[in-house]
Amino acid sequence: MNIDEALKSITDRFGSRILAVSRRSVKRAYMDIYPKDIVDIVRYIFKDMAFRFNIASAVDDFDGLEVIYHFSNDAAGFVISVRALLKDKTDPHIDTITEVTRSAWWIEREIHELFGIEFDGNKDLRPLLLPDDWPSGVYPLRKNFVVPKRDSRKEGAE
Amino acid sequence: MGLKEIILSKSINVFHLSSGSCNNCDIEILDCLTPRYDLERFGITLVGSIRHADVILCTGSANRLTVPIIKKLYDEMPKPAFVVAFGACGSSRGLFKDSYNTGQPIDEIIPVDAYIPGCPPKPEAIIGGLLKLIEKIKDKNKGKIKG
Amino acid sequence: MSHKAHVPIGPYHPLQEEPEFYKLVVDGEKVVDVDVRIGYNHRGIEKISESKNFDQSIFIVERICGICSSSHPIACVQAIEDIADIPVPERALYIRTINQELERIHSHLLWLGLAGHFLGYNTVFMWSWKYRELICDIMETVTGNRQNYAMLKVGGVRRDIEKEHVPYILSRLDELLPKLDMLKGAVLDDPVIHARLKGVGVLTKEAAIDYATLGPVARASGVDIDVRRDHPYAAYDRVKWNVITREEGDVFAKTVVRILEMYESASIIRQCLDKMPQGPIDSNPKDVPAGEGIGLAEAPRGECFHYIKSDGTNSPMRHKIRAPTYMNFPTFRETVIGETISDATIILAGIDPCYCCTERMLIVDTKDKDIMNVEKLIKLSQEKTARLKEKMGIK
Repeated sequence: MNIDEALKSITDRFGSRILAVSRRSVKRAYMDIYPKDIVDIVRYIFKDMAFRFNIASAVDDFDGLEVIYHFSNDAAGFVISVRALLKDKTDPHIDTITEVTRSAWWIEREIHELFGIEFDGNKDLRPLLLPDDWPSGVYPLRKNFVVPKRDSRKEGAE
Repeated sequence: MGLKEIILSKSINVFHLSSGSCNNCDIEILDCLTPRYDLERFGITLVGSIRHADVILCTGSANRLTVPIIKKLYDEMPKPAFVVAFGACGSSRGLFKDSYNTGQPIDEIIPVDAYIPGCPPKPEAIIGGLLKLIEKIKDKNKGKIKG
Repeated sequence: MSHKAHVPIGPYHPLQEEPEFYKLVVDGEKVVDVDVRIGYNHRGIEKISESKNFDQSIFIVERICGICSSSHPIACVQAIEDIADIPVPERALYIRTINQELERIHSHLLWLGLAGHFLGYNTVFMWSWKYRELICDIMETVTGNRQNYAMLKVGGVRRDIEKEHVPYILSRLDELLPKLDMLKGAVLDDPVIHARLKGVGVLTKEAAIDYATLGPVARASGVDIDVRRDHPYAAYDRVKWNVITREEGDVFAKTVVRILEMYESASIIRQCLDKMPQGPIDSNPKDVPAGEGIGLAEAPRGECFHYIKSDGTNSPMRHKIRAPTYMNFPTFRETVIGETISDATIILAGIDPCYCCTERMLIVDTKDKDIMNVEKLIKLSQEKTARLKEKMGIK
């Protein structure tokens, strides 16, 4: 199955639930979807089409928080990335995909603590990387978090 | 030179501590034990417990989670104790000084006696640095020395 | 009467290069649960990358992990090149391949040494690290440094492999191969190692697919994936080589896969040195337009994944880095539950965790004051080997 056949299979199955498809090359394609459809689409790509889950990444953009799920078809050598835009930055929610694949456990925890996105249905969103005393509500990878530039010798130990 | 110093300078027990490093420095330290460099011919051995250590060899950029551990291990070390800040990250946090998770360099957490800069320092630099530390122990030179 | 004790592995042990905290809950001798606390190596590299320009990002990315020091830069550079199909000259592709395969050999030898130590075969540790020096010598001659090579840039490589280096590289490889044969024989033909590793820490193919495992861990469980063949990059589609897979999924299968991969790497390097055309090593791109790109590379531990989003300025707007052990590590829980404590360290080693790639910590605290540190755990493993040797009548 090549990338065009894969994209056609997904758009035939989900119709207008796919907002936009951008086929960049024979190896790369990006799809935009509604956040509420993520579990069904991931289940189709991961289970029915047997793609491999690479990772999910979140981006803090002007119009919202994007969560992108990357899947690769190793037999034909291409990657399809599925993008969901969460417009509400103050309280972003998206369903967990850990029901579909256990490989998403850690990345949902990481995105939760670094961006503040809630994964509904994931009972284990403990911090993965940050220290326990990291202040809550402060999300390091959001654009409004600026690492303070300071000369630590002048200010002394923190 | 007292008996303690004589013994220390002949046989040093080194405890290796990684406070959030990329592993290169740690591998170069282990490399020193291998036949080509063979640190043990200088009487330097790696130990597994902080309570047997004379020198703590600290790599890494002092990640926030490791700061209390570094302090605790230094307090548990039997004195006299010496600290070597290893690598660019150990000396000053190196490339990672602008990160949100590296608050301060190691020498602001515990007193450091020697620095071995490099990314990573080559085994020859490690041996050189540790031998300089031994000289320092013998001379009881209180100033900081570079490796 | 069984009691549950929490067994500490960690925090700091000379042979575990990085601070790791695993909480192992044991019932008698068997492991019943595992939890991991990571974050001790988290240096916020993705955030730092956003404040640096694309060239500087490559240097930081090199220091994500010491042993995958050429894989992360290749994936990063390919992600940037993917944004606008930036071309790379042929010669540079071959040099990238040689750099990566040399690193694969040195990483697997390093792993072999550590695994040998955990099992109590200290000679294997000393030998494999000694012969690893041959690769470090090649790296130092060609790139200037034993680790952190600074070879990659967007659009090519920074340094060429000089004509006079080629016979040197070939001679070192010739010296290495008989030693690899010796190590292979010492490890794979040893009945005690068979007894220690076969059937231990089995990862089934279904679990390997569900956890999206990568690299030798996946290939040892029968999942036939390899980024070099599936998503060809550098010069891998211009040379002939085999993907090594096994079906059993135990630690022995993982060992076999890694050892045999070293031979394939040596063959790839020779072919590259032979086929490498003369020509430029850098296409000198001027700027990176807005867009997004994905770069994949097969590190010694599996696929490195970099996603870069650019807004047309000099710095990445978002740089997502995913190291292979991030996907492989959760399989530790899957494979160690039900096994004995004396096998815990070798099962962990089977994953070849690149801790700094993923940042893990091992902590163990015990309710029943049954504190064991990692030294004791490794000793348990070595004692098990000694008992087996005695039972089998081997000195």
